[in-house]
Amino acid sequence: MEAISGTAFVVATIVKTLVFFVILLLGVALTTYMERKVAGFMQDRSGPNRVGPLGILQVMADGLKFILKEEVTPEAAHKRFFLLAPVLALFPATVLFGVIPLGSPLPTPWGRVDMIVADVPIGFLYVLGIASLAVYGVVMAGWSSNSKYSFLGGLRGSAQMISYEIGLAMSLVPVLMLAGNVEMPVLVSMQQSFAAGPGTYGVWFIFPLLLSGFFFLVSGLAETNRVPFDLPEAEAEIVGGYHTEYSSMKFGMFFLGEYFHLITTGALISVFFLGGWDIPFWRGDNIRVLADGTVIGDPAWWKTLLTMGAFTVKTTLLVVFFMFIRWTIPRFRYDQLMDLGWKVFLPALMLYIMLTAVAVFVLDRAQIVGPAFAGALFGLNLLLMLIFLYLLDRGRLVRGATAKTRAATATEGD
Amino acid sequence: MKQAYVGVAILFLVGLLTSGMFLLLSHLASAYRPTKVKAMPYESGINPLGDTRERYSVKFYIVAMLFIVFDIETIFFIPWAVIFRDLGLFGLIEMFIFIFVLGVGLAYAWKKGALEWD
Repeated sequence: MEAISGTAFVVATIVKTLVFFVILLLGVALTTYMERKVAGFMQDRSGPNRVGPLGILQVMADGLKFILKEEVTPEAAHKRFFLLAPVLALFPATVLFGVIPLGSPLPTPWGRVDMIVADVPIGFLYVLGIASLAVYGVVMAGWSSNSKYSFLGGLRGSAQMISYEIGLAMSLVPVLMLAGNVEMPVLVSMQQSFAAGPGTYGVWFIFPLLLSGFFFLVSGLAETNRVPFDLPEAEAEIVGGYHTEYSSMKFGMFFLGEYFHLITTGALISVFFLGGWDIPFWRGDNIRVLADGTVIGDPAWWKTLLTMGAFTVKTTLLVVFFMFIRWTIPRFRYDQLMDLGWKVFLPALMLYIMLTAVAVFVLDRAQIVGPAFAGALFGLNLLLMLIFLYLLDRGRLVRGATAKTRAATATEGD
Repeated sequence: MKQAYVGVAILFLVGLLTSGMFLLLSHLASAYRPTKVKAMPYESGINPLGDTRERYSVKFYIVAMLFIVFDIETIFFIPWAVIFRDLGLFGLIEMFIFIFVLGVGLAYAWKKGALEWD
């Protein structure tokens, strides 16, 4: 089936963008509610339960409150940057999802509509570029507020975000090695379960690239400033961090941006490692659009709905997983955080990229393809994962506070 | 393929409009009663002591500089990773040399204490 073109394409794109955007906005609202419910569940209390049935209207109450509360702009603040910072925090988060494939192509009377807002040929680079813009919101908020807590939060946040951005980008290099392409829909079609043919592996990338997925998950958490990496807004140390001085909807925009980022990180992990919209153990959704426009497989509207549902389920499960982490793990200390980023992740990733490159090279020479190729890499990754976790053990590289104190007192005693 | 960017443009517009709408809405709907005390920077309730824009730890500058170096290196990885299976042994060895140089840089920064926080 031909791809949709001309005026119909523009109309379809506008409709797609608006529909997906509204869904995402509702999703963000529900995520904030879910976070509190999960927090309640983890701490053995009810969470919000007064506004509406099960407290679900709490979201709307919060939104209204954000809008109606007084806006306070500190006297000493740099007014223009103070206003710009929340925009820079929210805007990249809202446009990031544009290159994420959300479902299988939808056949319409006017042609095939791909379930992606912008199928740009540089999808992967778009993700990296836009994601790194988020740091400007933090820096600008911290600096322009002219408050000490904000400033400390901004400093911490910027150093942390740029440190883990390296991990974020480098952990995806093995994915690109396997994919040989930076287009997001191609990444998904390569992982479709049981798919056969050149350039497909038939399994999700989390199996052949287990360690890569682990690095991306942790770096993603650090990028979104979530526990255990929430030092920029550590409330026990620096009040609210970079958004201490923000009130009303300006604070709400930071808040929303964070949840947008959370959902997008979940979606990105799904696309890169969990097969995107692929439904496991089912061949019916193996629909691929080749570079010349030919379609392999059999698109149908119900398949589009099913695959979008699968994608939503994967993303939601990851978001819930992030929430479980938030209410389970205590915060890192700042030196531990930077040690983990620079002394553990960076060298480990460089080594991992080299090992993966050698493995892929050897497997290519041995002319092993498809699932066998993925299986061999999975074995290697399992081994590397075990070695990595063994090395990461407390007291070796990332030392606990007690170990450090013990070492200090031991040297004093000598 | 170029028409795909129409989607990006529309999305950017929607994103900007959303941010602008939020700002405008709260600006119009919220109460506005500024007082001298309210407009002071927050410092746990006491009067602010000194200026915020003082000198701060040089470590943050070092991190920023290291970031620029290593992030640009990461960008070089991406085109290599995409075509490295076509390059064969040549691409593999080239990248090994590149990673080795990168590793030397990291080892130097590490040894110099640029990565130490206390």
